[in-house]
This record gives sequence, structure tokens and C-alpha cells, in this order.
Amino acid sequence: MVTDQNVGDGTQTLDKSLMLRMFEQMLTIRHFEERASREFAAGKVPGFVHLYAGEEAVAVGVCTHLTDDDFITSHHRGHGHCIAKGVDVREMVAELLGREAGACRGKGGSMHIADVHKGMLGANGIVGGGFPLATGAGLTCKYNGRSQVAVCFFGDGAANQGTFHESLNLAGIWKLPVVYVAENNGYAESTPVTYHMSCRDIAERAAGYGMPGVTVDGLNVFAVYEAAGEAIARARRGEGPSLIECKTYRYHGHFEGDAITYRTKEELASYLERDPIQALRQFLQDQEMASAEQLNAVDQQVQERINEAWQFAEAAPLPEPEEALTDVYVSYR
Amino acid sequence: MAVALRQLTYAQAINEAMKIEMRRDPRVILMGEDVAGGATVAGFDNEDAWGGVLGVTKGLVQEFGRNRVLDTPITEAGFIGAAVGAAATGLRPIAELMFVDFFGVCWDQIFDQGAKLRYMFGGKARCPLVIRTMIGAGMGAAGQHSGCHYSVFTHMPGIKTVVPSTPADAKGLLASAIRDDDLVVVFENKMLYAMSGEVPEGEYVIPLGKADIKREGTDVTIVAISRMVHQALAAADTLQADGISAEILDPRTLSPLDEESILNSVAKTHRLVIVDEDNPRCSAATDIAALIADKGFSELDAPIKMVTAPHTPVPFSPPLEQFYVPSPERIVATVQEIMG
Repeated sequence: MVTDQNVGDGTQTLDKSLMLRMFEQMLTIRHFEERASREFAAGKVPGFVHLYAGEEAVAVGVCTHLTDDDFITSHHRGHGHCIAKGVDVREMVAELLGREAGACRGKGGSMHIADVHKGMLGANGIVGGGFPLATGAGLTCKYNGRSQVAVCFFGDGAANQGTFHESLNLAGIWKLPVVYVAENNGYAESTPVTYHMSCRDIAERAAGYGMPGVTVDGLNVFAVYEAAGEAIARARRGEGPSLIECKTYRYHGHFEGDAITYRTKEELASYLERDPIQALRQFLQDQEMASAEQLNAVDQQVQERINEAWQFAEAAPLPEPEEALTDVYVSYR
Repeated sequence: MAVALRQLTYAQAINEAMKIEMRRDPRVILMGEDVAGGATVAGFDNEDAWGGVLGVTKGLVQEFGRNRVLDTPITEAGFIGAAVGAAATGLRPIAELMFVDFFGVCWDQIFDQGAKLRYMFGGKARCPLVIRTMIGAGMGAAGQHSGCHYSVFTHMPGIKTVVPSTPADAKGLLASAIRDDDLVVVFENKMLYAMSGEVPEGEYVIPLGKADIKREGTDVTIVAISRMVHQALAAADTLQADGISAEILDPRTLSPLDEESILNSVAKTHRLVIVDEDNPRCSAATDIAALIADKGFSELDAPIKMVTAPHTPVPFSPPLEQFYVPSPERIVATVQEIMG
């Protein structure tokens, strides 16, 4: 396990304040998702919602290496990536509720939540839709020549789309600064990865594109942080793309309302015992980097921030119906 | 200032528009299959490089280099989608989709990503992307290399569609498309590439959404799209000999559509024939017919007529293909039918 020392290529320092920031971000995602789940069940959230709880170590472990000048693409389960990339949680909740103050002014909802000014190029309703977009963002990064990177988060289900092959090949031949991060949570909707994938690990496929591929424990934020640090540093140095597979688990169903009839309670329980946030909390306490009281206070602050975001969003006005007609084009005649 | 004119082919005019716009704006890049065509590869004669499958992008890589003129693998979903991603993050790509029929393999990236991105993000993103693509029957290229399909693109919100019919229009409209901040698809008719015409030198921009009267007339309005403008002009000569004065209106862009010019022309002639090489159902032709039925009905002295390709794929054998493409003879017969 990585501790308070240089990791990756030696340029990244994982110090106490960074660990506490990661703890806070992971908690923010968890509380955001659990609140969204409750509000969805209460009938307050329109549309489809796909929650990220359980997978927090991946988004946070990767995005801790990024700035607003870097880009990410996401997928159906995009709230965690938004939070880790710095999107305002008030605007996020407002978007879930279809408000004018939402990140997408109520035109995208959970499945298309985005903030291009933060380099967040959108959740995506098309499985595998983000691969070419991230690859193109990587092309922009390379063209700009100021060491930016693009990260593509995708699920195990997306690894079987043609765009996976096309994009990784393109990034491989053009040596683009793109890091493809697989979030292998074991299920494409209800279909287990052991059925839907012809190889054991997604990372094996990297060999076909001439790029490094590693599989890491996606429940361990340090393991993700270290692998991402190496891949991102490599990309920033102009040495090309990488593939990282994070083995992880989602606590909720594919979508809210999913009865989850395709996996056992025992399986879920075994993962809850390895909860990534609990593991980080334990580590911080064991290493005496923070006391239980301090961490509880962080937890309390995060919950208050989420509560405040919901209050803001619920009070925010809905868009005027005619707003449906705007934002199709920059200009049209 | 007098604008210097000289003869260029449609293909040369397109090439010149890209060259001028790439000199003007370093954010403009070109990508596609064989657009450099092996040029700049060590040990290879640059002058003989392909420059696109029909040579339209010839010479651009020599001037702008490999960073701005990118040969792609045969990977349309990959590179069209990458062009969308590049556009959303600050570049202004021109992506060449070799034949429009190939949109099937990159549909999601064009329609679900590029066209919807700005809307889904609440107007906070832009997709300043040009997709150039070849259309049209007449070369015996059969069912998967000869379609028009601009009607499909025109149907989709978030896309602008451009259908130039002359070398000058091709230059001015492509330049305008490259400067536009939205996703614009420019449909280049392969049967027009060798056609010559007068083209202004230097920077030349024709605004999108502005129709052009290619021939003035008083008895019937013929709205003709892309190569069909020339079929209609030929028909107009024949009709003139019969004492019928046809006005040929070229919409030049289908989205946005210059409704006003079409309505004004029909208000003058009171008859409308639409000539369209695309398949006839849910098409640009039916769209324009519906426009006049809705907003110009009281001006009509005769039923609206359409001369289009049949509801079939494009056939291969020369007599079949000739039957498929609307001919001047069919246009003449259709006009005579409604002159009464």
C-alpha cells in the first residue's frame, strides 16, 4: 500500500492533506448518492438515475491527479466523476431536479450531467459513447502542447462496444495523452462480466493497442491513485495512452428501482465489508493522521453541504416551457 | 473592390476554401481516411500522394503538416467521434466522411453525441465541427457509395446541412461552415467535382440559410438541390423553347432552409416543382412541399409536384442508375403536366 511518500513517477506526493481531501470527496459522492436514492424513492427525481456508491475510490483516485485544464468523459453512472472533477454539487442536484439553475439548465438530467468549464465532458446515455469523445479531447490536448490529459471512464459493459476498439487503436497510433479507466463492477446492467467478456481482465486488451494495461483493486483508493498517477504522468510526458482496469462494485442496482435479482445478498455483504471509504477512514486513524472525531466532523460537514445543495435546488425555479426551444444551435440564420 | 474571378473546378474550389481557412485559423484541422494519402511519408513522392480518394484534399498536408492534416485508419466511429471531442474542447476540425453512406457506422457519434451535445449541456458547450462527405449517383458505385441522405441529417436538430451545386457556392459555403460554431455537414456531389465555374479569389464566404436564384423565371418555380440544379437548368432551356419561363431556386442549405425565398418565388410563379436526388419519403422534397402547402397554398395555381429518385437503393447497371437519377426530360414532362 502507498503511504505518505512519493508514488508513481515520483512527481506525485500523497501527503496527509491530500488523503483527507480524498476522504472528503469520497464521502461527498457517497452522501450525494444516498440522498439521491432516497429522494428518487420518494418520487422527487424525474427520469433515470444510476448511482455510483461503492465505486468512489476510482473517480477520486484518478481525478486527484487532474486540474480544470484536463478533460474527462463519463457514462450513465456519472455523479461521482462530476464531484471528483469539481462540479458544483448545488448545480448537480438542481440538474437532477430539472431546474434552470442546473449544471445543464435542466436539459440533460442525471444521464447527461456535464460542466465543460471544469473539463467534465458529460455523463453519457450511450454505452461506449465516451471513448471517441475522450480520444478527441486527447487530440486537442496533444495539439495544445501544454501537457493536458484526457481521461475516459467506462464500465465493463462498454468494453465490448466497437468504439472501445476504434478509440484505443486511434489513441495508440497517434500517441494521444488519454487514460482509459475501466470501472469493472462485475455487471453490465444485469449481465455478469464472466459471461459477457471473452477474456478475464479488460486490461489484457491493452496489448492489442500497444499501450500499458494494468488491473488494480478499485476498492483501494491508494492503488487507483498510484496506477492513475503513473499513466497520467506518462501521458503528460507525451508517451501515449494507457488502460487501467479498476475492479470495483456498485452497491445499488443498475438504476434506481432495479430489484437486483441477478446477484446475491451475500455478495453485496462481502463487498460492504471492504467498503473503500471505511477502509480509508481506518487507515487514517491507524496511521494517526486523523482522529475519529476529526473524521466525524468531516462527515458532518459533507452532509450539511449536501443538505444545503438540496435546499438550494428545491427552491430553485423550474425552466419556462419555451426554454425547450433554446440551445440547439449557437446561431441559426 | 472588384473581386477577381477565375475558373476552378468544384473540387479545386473546395480545396481552396480549406487552404484559406486553415491559413486563417490555426485551430482548424483536417482528418479523414487518406486525406494526406501517404504524403510526407519518408521515401514517398509527395506530389503523387492521394489527397483523398478523389484528390480533393491534395496538397494540404504539404502546406500544413501532419499535425493538422491527419490520415485516419478506416475507423469512422472512432475518428468522427474524436472530431466531436476535439471540437468540444477547442479545435475546429474538418472531418471527411468519405461517402455519406458510411454514416451508418458512425451514426451515434454524429447524431447522439455531436448534434445533441450543446442542447444536453444547456447551451454551455459548442461543437464547431464540419463533416465533409460525398454524395450522388452516376459513377456506377452502386448501393453503398452513391446515396444522398442529406434528408436524414436535415431531420436531426443540432445539425446544419449544406448542399452546394457550383464551384463558387462550394467555396463560399464551405468557408462559412468552417467558421460556424455548430456542427455543419457539407454534402459534396461527386458528379460535380470536375465541373468548372467562376470562383472569387481570396476569402469568400456565403452565409448559411440563403437560397440563390440560379435562373429567373415567371411561370414555374423549380426548387432543385445539389446536382439537380444542373438538371433543372437543362430542363429550363427546353421549356423556354416551349414558351415556359422556369425559375430555378437553389436552397444551398437545407438546415437552415431559406423559407422566405421559396415562398417569394412561388408567390411570383404560382407553381412549384421540387427536384431532389434523395429518396422521396420524409425527404427535403416533401419538407419543402409541406412548407408551401402550409404557408403558400393560396398562391398555388396547380398541385405541387416532386421529381425525385425512387424509393429504392441506388442500382449499379448504367441503365438502371440513369433511370434512378431525375433527368431533365422528367422535369420537363412534370412542368408541362402542371402548366395546363
